[in-house]
Amino acid sequence: MSENKALLSIENVETYYGNIRALSGVTVHADAGEIVTLIGANGAGKSTLMMTIFGMPRARTGRIMFDGKDITHLPTHEIARLRIAQSPEGRRIFPRMTVQENLQMGASLDKLEFFDEDVRKVFDLFPRLKERINQRGGTLSGGEQQMLAIGRALMARPRLLLLDEPSLGLAPLIIKHIFEAIKELNKTTGLTVFLVEQNAFGALKLADRGYVMVNGIVTMSGASKDLLANPEVRAAYLEGGRH
Amino acid sequence: MVSEVQKNNSAILRVERLSMKFGGLIAINDLNFEAKRGAITALIGPNGAGKTTVFNCITGFYKPTEGMLTMTRQNGEEYLLERMADFVITKKAKVARTFQNIRLFSGLTVLENLLVAQHNPLMLSSGYTILGLLGFPTYKKAAADAIEKARFWLEKINLVDRADDPAGDLPYGAQRRLEIARAMCTEPELLCLDEPAAGLNARESAELNKLLLDIRDETGTSILLIEHDMSVVMEISDHVVVLEYGTKISDGTPDTVKNDPKVIAAYLGVEDEEIVEMLEHAEAAGVDDITAAVDLMSTEAIQELEETHPDAPVASLVATGPARPIRPAVAKKQSVAKVAKATKVSEDAAPAKAVPVKAPPAKSPSAKAPAATKVSVAKPVAEKPTVTGASAVAKKSAPKSAPAKAAAPQIKAGATANALAAPREGKADRLIDIKGIGPVNERKLNEHGIFHFDQIASWKKADIIAAEAYLAFDGRIAREDWIGQAKALVKASQKKPAPKKSGGAK
Repeated sequence: MSENKALLSIENVETYYGNIRALSGVTVHADAGEIVTLIGANGAGKSTLMMTIFGMPRARTGRIMFDGKDITHLPTHEIARLRIAQSPEGRRIFPRMTVQENLQMGASLDKLEFFDEDVRKVFDLFPRLKERINQRGGTLSGGEQQMLAIGRALMARPRLLLLDEPSLGLAPLIIKHIFEAIKELNKTTGLTVFLVEQNAFGALKLADRGYVMVNGIVTMSGASKDLLANPEVRAAYLEGGRH
Repeated sequence: MVSEVQKNNSAILRVERLSMKFGGLIAINDLNFEAKRGAITALIGPNGAGKTTVFNCITGFYKPTEGMLTMTRQNGEEYLLERMADFVITKKAKVARTFQNIRLFSGLTVLENLLVAQHNPLMLSSGYTILGLLGFPTYKKAAADAIEKARFWLEKINLVDRADDPAGDLPYGAQRRLEIARAMCTEPELLCLDEPAAGLNARESAELNKLLLDIRDETGTSILLIEHDMSVVMEISDHVVVLEYGTKISDGTPDTVKNDPKVIAAYLGVEDEEIVEMLEHAEAAGVDDITAAVDLMSTEAIQELEETHPDAPVASLVATGPARPIRPAVAKKQSVAKVAKATKVSEDAAPAKAVPVKAPPAKSPSAKAPAATKVSVAKPVAEKPTVTGASAVAKKSAPKSAPAKAAAPQIKAGATANALAAPREGKADRLIDIKGIGPVNERKLNEHGIFHFDQIASWKKADIIAAEAYLAFDGRIAREDWIGQAKALVKASQKKPAPKKSGGAK
């Protein structure tokens, strides 16, 4: 674990919901320019880890470092200001705002000169959103809302992009587009991506490294290739599967 | 329509001429389909195709602009759902649903969520609270029954140990299962599930398959299902209906739909490698569904143009014809779903279509002039029958020599106007840098004389039609904006003389 060049490093983090321990001693990291994925069954704590990075809920013990800075106790909005963006599970777009306004909400304030360019990029990625530009977020179909959530996260010109189940509710064709786009962004801009996916096969194919989480504990980690080949992983997450 | 023959009792739900408009937006356009009793019917399609809107019409959340929704219950009672209020639909017509964005009562416990679903019978047995307050045994028994039923479903969905936790605390996948259980507690005859497998991993969706099959087989409940996870759709559904932009584009068994080129183009987006695999597979089987269908489609497109403009030369039509006529015409004349079904169609169709069959087999002289650097746009009228005839013959005599496989060195028939015989300076651009073009498509493009980004960048509408005819994915070029991408790549290569391996366009 080379902690020096890690953009994000999560060390020994424990998170609780009331008295229930959701994460116990989780240590993961993402190097700059890497795509890292976290796979695991429903309820394993993957989304909790994503939210913990943003301090909601806060880690009770352990440390979260971003670019050499301890962000464990920073308020959420200051964490966002460090150019960490998240496309949360369950979309959580602003339903009464239009598509355009939702994207404006996601834009980073200190890079406004890129606003038009960024909007264009999002529309390139999801032409559907362009057709719906003045429609309220709440009237979009589920998949379109998912596109909007991802687009909004990209508007922040993030250094670290947290994607919580980006493929949720999307048509197979669009999923392919998104995965290609993530790879492309990663390749061209060096964007670091931390990806949580149920579609473990797709995620591992996309990512450089992966972690497997079971009941709030990271049980396995390694290069995606190795995880894909690992019989235990195959049995637990890949079989009966997609594609 | 699939089951018009045995219309009455076999269909639990008949959707006829359903349209839904929101202001100027047509969300559903003249949709017809049936859900059979005791079967699992899947509704699939790209995002925003109108699938959830169909559900909202069926369950009374929206009043459709037009159309009739007939629900026939087991006991023969018929209900016109479009005329009923939503709560009456659940109560009387026995239709229950789940939601794409989960809508549980997150503050109530898991068990309470299931009891709320049984509110109607409980209310009745408690004499609208009064008898319940007085502690009448009927109510006590009803309450016990309700809990028993809730317990039964909790066991089915594996959540007994979480019965007393707030529903909002459950992980996403469990919340989805709970929604299904809650819907089942209303004892529906038709269960509408909106993306039940979203957020489930491969194993969990396999478990979901089992649960849904159990529901179908044990309770006899018919299921209507919206889903993007093909491992669910293809494995458990008896019947699949595909929507795109509010219109039905395919309808049939999972296998039919899976191999329907329209569905592949609009929705499934099969990988290039997978196509090769499918082709090989089909070849091995001796029949060639996809290739034949695809081949037929392009032949038909040309045929169609000929019919609409009988006196114009075909090449000029292909090269300059308006963008729209091709697709609707093909779809109208012979539904592509049917085309995909079997080669028998293509075999029957080929002779019927090939009006004057007189061309040499598998060769289309018109476009093949080896040294030609440019295929001229306007072909002489005399050559018109040759082109169609040739491709029809090619198909008949050698059905497997579809564009993808025949490795012809020269430009093929149906090439676009700006085709080249060979790449300039002997070096082709890396067309696969354009998103949407894979190795297979690149090869096809090369075979048709397209080697450079600037060639694609200069395509007009008509060229797109011609290219799509041989690429076998209609609509894709516009959707993926190949032209825009190509322009950008041309620009990039002009700025830096030699980026990557591409030889620089000029």
